Amino acid sequence: MAILEMNHIKKSFDSLEVIQDISLKVEQGEVLSIIGPSGSGKSTLLRCATFLETIDAGEIRYLDERVAWVEPDGTRQYPKKDQLRKVCSCFGLVFQSFNLFPHYSVLKNIVDPMVHNQKRNKTEAVNEAMELLGRMGLKDKADAYPCQLSGGQSQRVAIARALALNPKILFFDEPTSALDPELTGEVLKVIRSLADLHIAMVIVTHEMSFAKEISDHIIFMDKGVVEVEGSAQDVFEADHERMQAFLGKLAH
Amino acid sequence: MSFQVIMGQLAGGLVKSIEIFALTLIFSLPLGLLVSFGRMGKNRVIRSLVWFYISVMRGTPLMLQLLAVYFGPYYIWGMKLGRAWRFMAIIIAFSVNYAAYFAEIYRSGIESMPPGQYEAARILGYSKTSTFFRIIFPQVVKRILPSVTNEVITLVKDTSLAFSLAYAEMFTIAKQIAAKETSFMPFLAAALFYYVFNAIVAFLMERIESALNYYT
Ligand SMILES: Nc1ncnc2c1ncn2[C@@H]1O[C@H](COP(=O)(O)OP(=O)(O)O)[C@@H](O)[C@H]1O
Ligand SMILES: [Mg+2]
Repeated sequence: MAILEMNHIKKSFDSLEVIQDISLKVEQGEVLSIIGPSGSGKSTLLRCATFLETIDAGEIRYLDERVAWVEPDGTRQYPKKDQLRKVCSCFGLVFQSFNLFPHYSVLKNIVDPMVHNQKRNKTEAVNEAMELLGRMGLKDKADAYPCQLSGGQSQRVAIARALALNPKILFFDEPTSALDPELTGEVLKVIRSLADLHIAMVIVTHEMSFAKEISDHIIFMDKGVVEVEGSAQDVFEADHERMQAFLGKLAH
Repeated sequence: MSFQVIMGQLAGGLVKSIEIFALTLIFSLPLGLLVSFGRMGKNRVIRSLVWFYISVMRGTPLMLQLLAVYFGPYYIWGMKLGRAWRFMAIIIAFSVNYAAYFAEIYRSGIESMPPGQYEAARILGYSKTSTFFRIIFPQVVKRILPSVTNEVITLVKDTSLAFSLAYAEMFTIAKQIAAKETSFMPFLAAALFYYVFNAIVAFLMERIESALNYYT
Protein backbone atom coordinates (compact mmCIF):
# COMPACT_ATOMS: atom_id res chain seq x y z
CA MET A 1 0.00 0.00 0.00
CA ALA A 2 1.29 3.44 -0.87
CA ILE A 3 1.33 5.65 2.22
CA LEU A 4 1.79 8.80 0.18
CA GLU A 5 1.36 9.56 -3.46
CA MET A 6 1.82 12.96 -5.02
CA ASN A 7 0.86 13.19 -8.65
CA HIS A 8 1.69 16.00 -11.05
CA ILE A 9 2.03 18.58 -8.30
CA LYS A 10 2.53 22.19 -9.28
CA LYS A 11 3.04 25.14 -7.03
CA SER A 12 3.82 28.78 -7.78
CA PHE A 13 4.48 31.79 -5.62
CA ASP A 14 3.19 34.71 -7.64
CA SER A 15 4.80 34.13 -11.02
CA LEU A 16 7.60 31.92 -9.67
CA GLU A 17 6.98 28.25 -10.48
CA VAL A 18 8.58 26.52 -7.52
CA ILE A 19 7.24 23.02 -8.18
CA GLN A 20 6.72 22.05 -11.79
CA ASP A 21 4.87 18.78 -12.23
CA ILE A 22 6.41 16.55 -9.59
CA SER A 23 5.17 13.05 -8.81
CA LEU A 24 6.40 10.71 -6.11
CA LYS A 25 5.28 7.70 -4.15
CA VAL A 26 6.24 6.33 -0.76
CA GLU A 27 5.33 2.78 0.22
CA GLN A 28 4.93 1.47 3.73
CA GLY A 29 8.28 1.42 5.54
CA GLU A 30 10.05 3.04 2.62
CA VAL A 31 12.62 5.81 2.95
CA LEU A 32 12.73 8.48 0.28
CA SER A 33 15.43 11.13 0.30
CA ILE A 34 15.15 14.37 -1.59
CA ILE A 35 18.37 16.14 -2.47
CA GLY A 36 19.11 19.21 -4.51
CA PRO A 37 20.52 22.71 -4.33
CA SER A 38 18.99 25.30 -2.07
CA GLY A 39 16.01 27.05 -3.63
CA SER A 40 15.07 24.07 -5.76
CA GLY A 41 11.70 23.65 -4.03
CA LYS A 42 12.38 20.79 -1.61
CA SER A 43 10.85 22.50 1.40
CA THR A 44 7.91 23.65 -0.64
CA LEU A 45 7.27 20.09 -1.76
CA LEU A 46 7.20 18.88 1.88
CA ARG A 47 5.01 21.80 2.84
CA CYS A 48 2.56 20.87 0.10
CA ALA A 49 2.54 17.26 1.28
CA THR A 50 1.76 18.40 4.82
CA PHE A 51 -0.85 20.98 3.77
CA LEU A 52 1.18 23.93 5.01
CA GLU A 53 0.95 25.12 1.42
CA THR A 54 -1.86 24.47 -1.02
CA ILE A 55 -1.10 22.94 -4.39
CA ASP A 56 -1.94 24.64 -7.69
CA ALA A 57 -2.30 21.45 -9.68
CA GLY A 58 -2.18 17.70 -9.18
CA GLU A 59 -3.37 15.43 -6.41
CA ILE A 60 -2.18 14.17 -3.03
CA ARG A 61 -3.15 10.71 -1.85
CA TYR A 62 -2.65 9.27 1.60
CA LEU A 63 -3.21 5.55 2.29
CA ASP A 64 -4.51 5.10 -1.25
CA GLU A 65 -7.19 7.68 -0.78
CA ARG A 66 -7.27 10.91 -2.72
CA VAL A 67 -7.40 13.64 -0.08
CA ALA A 68 -6.45 16.84 -1.87
CA TRP A 69 -6.54 17.72 -5.53
CA VAL A 70 -7.11 20.49 -8.01
CA GLU A 71 -9.97 20.24 -10.47
CA PRO A 72 -9.29 20.89 -14.16
CA ASP A 73 -11.01 24.27 -13.77
CA GLY A 74 -8.50 25.18 -11.07
CA THR A 75 -10.62 24.79 -7.94
CA ARG A 76 -8.76 23.28 -5.01
CA GLN A 77 -10.34 20.45 -3.10
CA TYR A 78 -9.00 20.09 0.40
CA PRO A 79 -10.50 17.97 3.17
CA LYS A 80 -12.84 19.71 5.60
CA LYS A 81 -12.25 20.00 9.29
CA ASP A 82 -12.93 16.47 10.56
CA GLN A 83 -11.44 14.64 7.64
CA LEU A 84 -8.48 17.01 7.67
CA ARG A 85 -7.81 16.03 11.27
CA LYS A 86 -7.89 12.38 10.31
CA VAL A 87 -5.60 12.80 7.32
CA CYS A 88 -3.17 14.99 9.23
CA SER A 89 -2.90 12.44 11.99
CA CYS A 90 -1.21 10.07 9.57
CA PHE A 91 1.83 12.26 8.99
CA GLY A 92 4.39 14.11 11.08
CA LEU A 93 6.90 16.78 10.15
CA VAL A 94 10.28 17.53 11.66
CA PHE A 95 11.46 21.06 10.93
CA GLN A 96 14.95 22.32 10.35
CA SER A 97 14.50 24.77 13.23
CA PHE A 98 12.78 22.24 15.58
CA ASN A 99 9.88 24.54 16.49
CA LEU A 100 9.55 23.15 19.98
CA PHE A 101 7.16 25.04 22.23
CA PRO A 102 9.49 27.03 24.50
CA HIS A 103 6.97 27.50 27.31
CA TYR A 104 6.40 23.75 27.68
CA SER A 105 8.84 21.33 29.26
CA VAL A 106 10.31 18.61 27.07
CA LEU A 107 7.80 16.12 28.43
CA LYS A 108 4.86 18.46 27.94
CA ASN A 109 5.94 19.21 24.38
CA ILE A 110 5.43 15.52 23.66
CA VAL A 111 2.47 14.77 25.91
CA ASP A 112 0.31 17.82 25.27
CA PRO A 113 -0.58 16.99 21.65
CA MET A 114 -1.22 13.35 22.61
CA VAL A 115 -3.62 14.28 25.38
CA HIS A 116 -5.14 17.47 24.06
CA ASN A 117 -5.45 16.56 20.38
CA GLN A 118 -5.56 12.79 20.31
CA LYS A 119 -7.51 12.52 23.56
CA ARG A 120 -5.18 9.90 24.92
CA ASN A 121 -5.13 8.99 28.58
CA LYS A 122 -2.68 11.24 30.41
CA THR A 123 -0.83 8.57 32.40
CA GLU A 124 -0.49 6.38 29.36
CA ALA A 125 0.75 9.31 27.31
CA VAL A 126 3.35 10.23 29.91
CA ASN A 127 4.59 6.64 30.05
CA GLU A 128 4.85 6.43 26.32
CA ALA A 129 6.59 9.80 26.08
CA MET A 130 9.12 8.73 28.71
CA GLU A 131 9.80 5.57 26.78
CA LEU A 132 10.33 7.58 23.59
CA LEU A 133 12.66 9.96 25.41
CA GLY A 134 14.57 6.94 26.62
CA ARG A 135 14.95 5.75 23.05
CA MET A 136 16.26 9.19 22.12
CA GLY A 137 18.72 9.09 25.00
CA LEU A 138 16.98 12.00 26.68
CA LYS A 139 15.28 10.49 29.69
CA ASP A 140 17.04 12.92 32.05
CA LYS A 141 15.80 15.91 30.04
CA ALA A 142 12.08 15.28 30.54
CA ASP A 143 11.68 18.24 32.90
CA ALA A 144 14.07 20.56 31.06
CA TYR A 145 12.83 23.43 28.90
CA PRO A 146 13.79 23.71 25.22
CA CYS A 147 16.06 26.69 25.95
CA GLN A 148 18.21 24.41 28.06
CA LEU A 149 18.84 21.92 25.26
CA SER A 150 21.52 21.72 22.60
CA GLY A 151 20.41 21.74 18.99
CA GLY A 152 20.87 18.00 18.70
CA GLN A 153 18.81 17.38 21.82
CA SER A 154 16.10 19.76 20.60
CA GLN A 155 15.84 17.96 17.32
CA ARG A 156 15.59 14.59 19.05
CA VAL A 157 12.77 15.95 21.20
CA ALA A 158 11.06 17.20 18.06
CA ILE A 159 11.37 13.73 16.55
CA ALA A 160 9.98 12.16 19.71
CA ARG A 161 7.10 14.63 19.67
CA ALA A 162 6.26 13.70 16.09
CA LEU A 163 6.59 9.97 16.74
CA ALA A 164 4.36 10.09 19.79
CA LEU A 165 1.36 10.73 17.57
CA ASN A 166 1.96 7.45 15.73
CA PRO A 167 2.26 8.81 12.21
CA LYS A 168 2.34 6.46 9.25
CA ILE A 169 4.90 8.67 7.59
CA LEU A 170 7.41 11.22 8.84
CA PHE A 171 8.74 14.14 6.84
CA PHE A 172 12.11 15.66 7.69
CA ASP A 173 13.12 19.03 6.27
CA GLU A 174 16.90 19.25 6.61
CA PRO A 175 16.80 17.96 10.18
CA THR A 176 20.50 18.51 10.78
CA SER A 177 21.14 21.71 8.84
CA ALA A 178 20.74 23.97 11.88
CA LEU A 179 23.11 21.85 13.97
CA ASP A 180 26.78 22.12 14.71
CA PRO A 181 28.61 19.38 12.79
CA GLU A 182 29.47 17.45 15.93
CA LEU A 183 25.75 17.20 16.79
CA THR A 184 24.43 15.90 13.47
CA GLY A 185 25.57 12.36 14.25
CA GLU A 186 23.26 11.90 17.22
CA VAL A 187 20.23 13.01 15.19
CA LEU A 188 21.10 10.90 12.16
CA LYS A 189 21.50 7.90 14.45
CA VAL A 190 17.96 8.40 15.75
CA ILE A 191 16.54 8.73 12.24
CA ARG A 192 18.41 5.59 11.21
CA SER A 193 16.82 3.72 14.11
CA LEU A 194 13.38 4.75 12.82
CA ALA A 195 14.15 3.27 9.43
CA ASP A 196 14.82 0.00 11.22
CA LEU A 197 11.30 0.25 12.69
CA HIS A 198 9.87 0.49 9.17
CA ILE A 199 8.31 3.87 9.51
CA ALA A 200 7.94 5.49 6.10
CA MET A 201 10.05 8.61 5.82
CA VAL A 202 10.68 11.42 3.39
CA ILE A 203 13.94 13.17 4.17
CA VAL A 204 15.29 16.36 2.68
CA THR A 205 18.97 16.35 3.47
CA HIS A 206 22.41 17.50 2.46
CA GLU A 207 24.05 14.56 4.26
CA MET A 208 24.86 12.50 1.19
CA SER A 209 26.49 9.49 2.79
CA PHE A 210 23.55 9.28 5.17
CA ALA A 211 21.05 9.53 2.32
CA LYS A 212 22.88 6.86 0.39
CA GLU A 213 22.92 4.49 3.29
CA ILE A 214 19.35 4.93 4.53
CA SER A 215 17.27 5.53 1.39
CA ASP A 216 15.32 3.04 -0.65
CA HIS A 217 14.79 5.75 -3.17
CA ILE A 218 16.38 9.11 -3.91
CA ILE A 219 15.14 12.11 -5.83
CA PHE A 220 17.45 14.83 -7.10
CA MET A 221 15.50 18.04 -7.61
CA ASP A 222 16.57 21.19 -9.31
CA LYS A 223 14.50 24.30 -10.08
CA GLY A 224 11.25 22.60 -9.20
CA VAL A 225 11.80 19.56 -11.39
CA VAL A 226 12.83 16.00 -10.59
CA GLU A 227 16.02 15.61 -12.56
CA VAL A 228 17.20 12.19 -11.39
CA GLU A 229 15.49 9.49 -9.40
CA GLY A 230 16.00 5.87 -8.53
CA SER A 231 17.76 3.68 -6.01
CA ALA A 232 20.56 5.25 -4.00
CA GLN A 233 23.22 3.64 -6.11
CA ASP A 234 21.60 4.51 -9.43
CA VAL A 235 21.19 8.13 -8.49
CA PHE A 236 24.68 8.73 -7.18
CA GLU A 237 26.17 7.08 -10.22
CA ALA A 238 23.88 8.74 -12.72
CA ASP A 239 25.58 10.68 -15.44
CA HIS A 240 23.80 13.96 -14.82
CA GLU A 241 25.92 17.03 -15.07
CA ARG A 242 24.14 19.40 -12.70
CA MET A 243 23.70 16.72 -10.07
CA GLN A 244 27.32 15.70 -10.21
CA ALA A 245 28.29 19.36 -9.95
CA PHE A 246 25.99 19.67 -6.92
CA LEU A 247 27.46 16.55 -5.29
CA GLY A 248 30.93 17.77 -6.05
CA LYS A 249 30.26 21.08 -4.34
CA LEU A 250 28.91 19.33 -1.23
CA ALA A 251 31.97 17.14 -1.00
CA HIS A 252 34.20 20.19 -0.47
CA MET B 1 -8.14 70.01 59.79
CA SER B 2 -5.70 67.62 61.41
CA PHE B 3 -3.16 65.61 59.52
CA GLN B 4 -4.97 62.42 60.37
CA VAL B 5 -8.29 63.68 59.02
CA ILE B 6 -6.61 64.72 55.81
CA MET B 7 -4.92 61.34 55.45
CA GLY B 8 -8.20 59.62 56.21
CA GLN B 9 -10.04 61.56 53.52
CA LEU B 10 -7.26 60.93 51.03
CA ALA B 11 -7.32 57.23 51.86
CA GLY B 12 -11.01 57.22 51.07
CA GLY B 13 -10.16 58.78 47.72
CA LEU B 14 -7.42 56.24 47.22
CA VAL B 15 -9.95 53.42 47.50
CA LYS B 16 -11.93 55.04 44.68
CA SER B 17 -8.74 55.40 42.62
CA ILE B 18 -7.99 51.74 43.16
CA GLU B 19 -11.52 50.86 42.06
CA ILE B 20 -11.06 52.77 38.82
CA PHE B 21 -7.66 51.16 38.33
CA ALA B 22 -8.82 47.60 38.95
CA LEU B 23 -12.05 47.80 36.96
CA THR B 24 -10.24 49.42 34.03
CA LEU B 25 -7.76 46.57 33.90
CA ILE B 26 -10.43 43.91 34.27
CA PHE B 27 -12.34 45.30 31.30
CA SER B 28 -9.60 46.66 29.08
CA LEU B 29 -7.23 43.70 29.07
CA PRO B 30 -9.72 41.23 27.50
CA LEU B 31 -11.32 43.97 25.40
CA GLY B 32 -7.91 44.92 24.05
CA LEU B 33 -7.35 41.33 22.92
CA LEU B 34 -10.67 41.36 21.09
CA VAL B 35 -9.79 44.69 19.50
CA SER B 36 -6.42 43.36 18.38
CA PHE B 37 -8.21 40.48 16.65
CA GLY B 38 -10.34 43.00 14.78
CA ARG B 39 -7.22 44.97 13.88
CA MET B 40 -5.50 41.86 12.47
CA GLY B 41 -8.60 40.14 11.08
CA LYS B 42 -9.52 39.32 7.51
CA ASN B 43 -12.51 41.64 7.30
CA ARG B 44 -11.36 44.92 5.79
CA VAL B 45 -14.27 46.98 7.04
CA ILE B 46 -13.74 45.86 10.62
CA ARG B 47 -10.02 46.37 10.27
CA SER B 48 -10.42 50.00 9.14
CA LEU B 49 -13.03 50.74 11.81
CA VAL B 50 -10.78 49.34 14.49
CA TRP B 51 -7.84 51.25 13.11
CA PHE B 52 -9.89 54.45 13.30
CA TYR B 53 -11.04 53.74 16.85
CA ILE B 54 -7.46 53.11 18.00
CA SER B 55 -6.14 56.24 16.33
CA VAL B 56 -8.85 58.38 17.97
CA MET B 57 -8.20 56.85 21.39
CA ARG B 58 -4.50 57.45 21.09
CA GLY B 59 -4.75 60.78 19.30
CA THR B 60 -7.06 62.66 21.66
CA PRO B 61 -6.69 63.47 25.36
CA LEU B 62 -8.16 60.95 27.75
CA MET B 63 -9.67 63.85 29.69
CA LEU B 64 -11.64 64.86 26.62
CA GLN B 65 -12.80 61.28 26.17
CA LEU B 66 -13.99 61.22 29.76
CA LEU B 67 -16.04 64.36 29.20
CA ALA B 68 -17.40 62.99 25.92
CA VAL B 69 -18.59 59.74 27.50
CA TYR B 70 -20.05 61.53 30.53
CA PHE B 71 -21.85 64.38 28.74
CA GLY B 72 -22.33 62.77 25.33
CA PRO B 73 -25.57 60.93 26.07
CA TYR B 74 -27.18 64.15 27.33
CA TYR B 75 -26.02 66.48 24.59
CA ILE B 76 -26.62 64.03 21.78
CA TRP B 77 -29.80 62.26 22.86
CA GLY B 78 -30.97 64.41 25.73
CA MET B 79 -30.67 61.43 28.04
CA LYS B 80 -30.70 62.25 31.73
CA LEU B 81 -28.59 59.65 33.43
CA GLY B 82 -28.62 59.22 37.18
CA ARG B 83 -25.88 59.66 39.73
CA ALA B 84 -24.35 56.26 39.10
CA TRP B 85 -23.58 57.33 35.53
CA ARG B 86 -20.58 59.37 36.63
CA PHE B 87 -18.73 56.31 37.83
CA MET B 88 -19.89 54.18 34.92
CA ALA B 89 -18.78 56.84 32.44
CA ILE B 90 -15.35 56.88 34.04
CA ILE B 91 -14.97 53.11 33.82
CA ILE B 92 -16.25 53.02 30.24
CA ALA B 93 -13.96 55.84 29.08
CA PHE B 94 -10.91 54.40 30.80
CA SER B 95 -11.58 50.83 29.61
CA VAL B 96 -12.22 51.81 26.03
CA ASN B 97 -9.14 54.04 26.00
CA TYR B 98 -6.81 51.51 27.58
CA ALA B 99 -8.19 48.71 25.40
CA ALA B 100 -6.87 50.63 22.39
CA TYR B 101 -3.39 50.81 23.86
CA PHE B 102 -3.45 47.18 24.96
CA ALA B 103 -4.72 46.12 21.53
CA GLU B 104 -1.63 47.58 19.88
CA ILE B 105 0.57 45.86 22.43
CA TYR B 106 -1.15 42.51 21.87
CA ARG B 107 -0.87 42.98 18.14
CA SER B 108 2.85 43.66 18.21
CA GLY B 109 3.33 40.62 20.45
CA ILE B 110 1.21 38.33 18.29
CA GLU B 111 2.86 39.50 15.09
CA SER B 112 6.30 38.92 16.57
CA MET B 113 5.62 35.20 17.02
CA PRO B 114 7.60 33.06 14.57
CA PRO B 115 5.37 31.30 11.99
CA GLY B 116 7.08 28.03 12.88
CA GLN B 117 5.10 27.89 16.13
CA TYR B 118 1.81 27.99 14.22
CA GLU B 119 3.05 25.44 11.69
CA ALA B 120 4.29 23.02 14.33
CA ALA B 121 1.00 23.35 16.19
CA ARG B 122 -0.96 22.68 13.04
CA ILE B 123 1.04 19.58 12.16
CA LEU B 124 0.58 18.30 15.71
CA GLY B 125 -3.18 18.56 15.39
CA TYR B 126 -4.00 21.65 17.43
CA SER B 127 -7.14 23.46 16.33
CA LYS B 128 -6.89 27.18 15.58
CA THR B 129 -8.34 28.09 18.96
CA SER B 130 -6.09 25.73 20.91
CA THR B 131 -3.10 26.93 18.93
CA PHE B 132 -3.84 30.45 20.00
CA PHE B 133 -4.65 29.87 23.62
CA ARG B 134 -2.23 27.03 24.40
CA ILE B 135 0.78 27.83 22.22
CA ILE B 136 0.75 31.43 21.06
CA PHE B 137 -0.90 33.49 23.77
CA PRO B 138 1.20 32.32 26.73
CA GLN B 139 4.34 33.26 24.82
CA VAL B 140 2.83 36.57 23.77
CA VAL B 141 2.10 37.41 27.40
CA LYS B 142 5.73 36.95 28.29
CA ARG B 143 6.87 39.08 25.37
CA ILE B 144 4.53 41.99 26.04
CA LEU B 145 4.76 42.10 29.81
CA PRO B 146 7.25 45.01 29.93
CA SER B 147 5.01 47.15 27.69
CA VAL B 148 1.94 46.18 29.69
CA THR B 149 3.74 47.17 32.88
CA ASN B 150 4.37 50.62 31.41
CA GLU B 151 0.71 51.07 30.61
CA VAL B 152 -0.41 49.83 34.00
CA ILE B 153 1.86 52.31 35.76
CA THR B 154 0.53 55.09 33.55
CA LEU B 155 -2.97 54.00 34.46
CA VAL B 156 -2.27 54.48 38.16
CA LYS B 157 -1.46 58.11 37.47
CA ASP B 158 -4.23 58.52 34.88
CA THR B 159 -6.90 57.63 37.44
CA SER B 160 -6.41 61.20 38.68
CA LEU B 161 -8.01 62.41 35.44
CA ALA B 162 -11.36 61.40 36.90
CA PHE B 163 -11.15 64.73 38.73
CA SER B 164 -12.36 66.30 35.48
CA LEU B 165 -15.76 64.77 36.19
CA ALA B 166 -15.48 65.85 39.82
CA TYR B 167 -15.43 62.23 40.89
CA ALA B 168 -14.18 61.89 44.45
CA GLU B 169 -11.03 59.89 43.77
CA MET B 170 -7.82 60.77 45.53
CA PHE B 171 -6.66 63.67 43.39
CA THR B 172 -10.05 65.39 43.46
CA ILE B 173 -10.11 65.16 47.24
CA ALA B 174 -6.55 66.43 47.55
CA LYS B 175 -7.54 69.45 45.47
CA GLN B 176 -10.61 70.13 47.60
CA ILE B 177 -8.71 69.96 50.86
CA ALA B 178 -5.88 72.05 49.46
CA ALA B 179 -8.34 74.78 48.46
CA LYS B 180 -10.14 74.72 51.79
CA GLU B 181 -7.03 74.69 53.95
CA THR B 182 -4.90 76.80 51.61
CA SER B 183 -2.17 74.24 52.06
CA PHE B 184 0.06 72.40 49.65
CA MET B 185 0.37 69.47 52.03
CA PRO B 186 -2.57 67.42 50.65
CA PHE B 187 -0.91 67.36 47.25
CA LEU B 188 2.32 66.07 48.76
CA ALA B 189 0.40 63.41 50.61
CA ALA B 190 -1.45 62.43 47.43
CA ALA B 191 1.84 62.25 45.56
CA LEU B 192 3.15 59.92 48.22
CA PHE B 193 0.06 57.71 47.92
CA TYR B 194 0.41 57.52 44.13
CA TYR B 195 4.08 56.76 44.51
CA VAL B 196 3.50 53.90 46.92
CA PHE B 197 0.60 52.60 44.85
CA ASN B 198 2.87 52.49 41.82
CA ALA B 199 5.72 50.93 43.75
CA ILE B 200 3.39 48.09 44.71
CA VAL B 201 2.17 47.72 41.13
CA ALA B 202 5.74 47.68 39.82
CA PHE B 203 6.70 45.10 42.41
CA LEU B 204 3.79 42.82 41.45
CA MET B 205 4.54 43.13 37.75
CA GLU B 206 8.16 42.27 38.40
CA ARG B 207 7.05 39.19 40.30
CA ILE B 208 4.93 38.10 37.34
CA GLU B 209 7.84 38.71 34.98
CA SER B 210 10.23 36.64 37.03
CA ALA B 211 7.62 33.89 37.36
CA LEU B 212 7.68 33.69 33.55
CA ASN B 213 11.46 33.59 33.43
CA TYR B 214 11.59 29.82 33.53
CA TYR B 215 12.03 29.82 29.76
CA THR B 216 13.42 32.08 27.07
N1 LIG C 1 6.12 31.63 0.92
C1 LIG C 1 6.87 31.92 -0.16
N2 LIG C 1 6.63 33.01 -0.90
C2 LIG C 1 7.36 33.30 -1.98
N3 LIG C 1 8.37 32.55 -2.42
C3 LIG C 1 8.68 31.44 -1.74
C4 LIG C 1 7.94 31.05 -0.56
N4 LIG C 1 8.48 29.91 -0.08
C5 LIG C 1 9.49 29.58 -0.92
N5 LIG C 1 9.62 30.50 -1.91
C6 LIG C 1 10.58 30.43 -3.01
O1 LIG C 1 10.47 29.18 -3.61
C7 LIG C 1 11.73 28.68 -4.01
C8 LIG C 1 11.95 27.32 -3.42
O2 LIG C 1 12.08 27.42 -2.03
P1 LIG C 1 12.25 26.16 -1.09
O3 LIG C 1 11.13 25.23 -1.31
O4 LIG C 1 12.42 26.68 0.29
O5 LIG C 1 13.61 25.54 -1.61
P2 LIG C 1 14.59 24.52 -0.89
O6 LIG C 1 13.93 23.97 0.32
O7 LIG C 1 14.89 23.48 -1.92
O8 LIG C 1 15.81 25.31 -0.55
C9 LIG C 1 12.74 29.70 -3.56
O9 LIG C 1 13.08 30.50 -4.66
C10 LIG C 1 12.02 30.51 -2.52
O10 LIG C 1 12.49 31.83 -2.51
MG1 LIG D 1 14.49 24.13 2.33
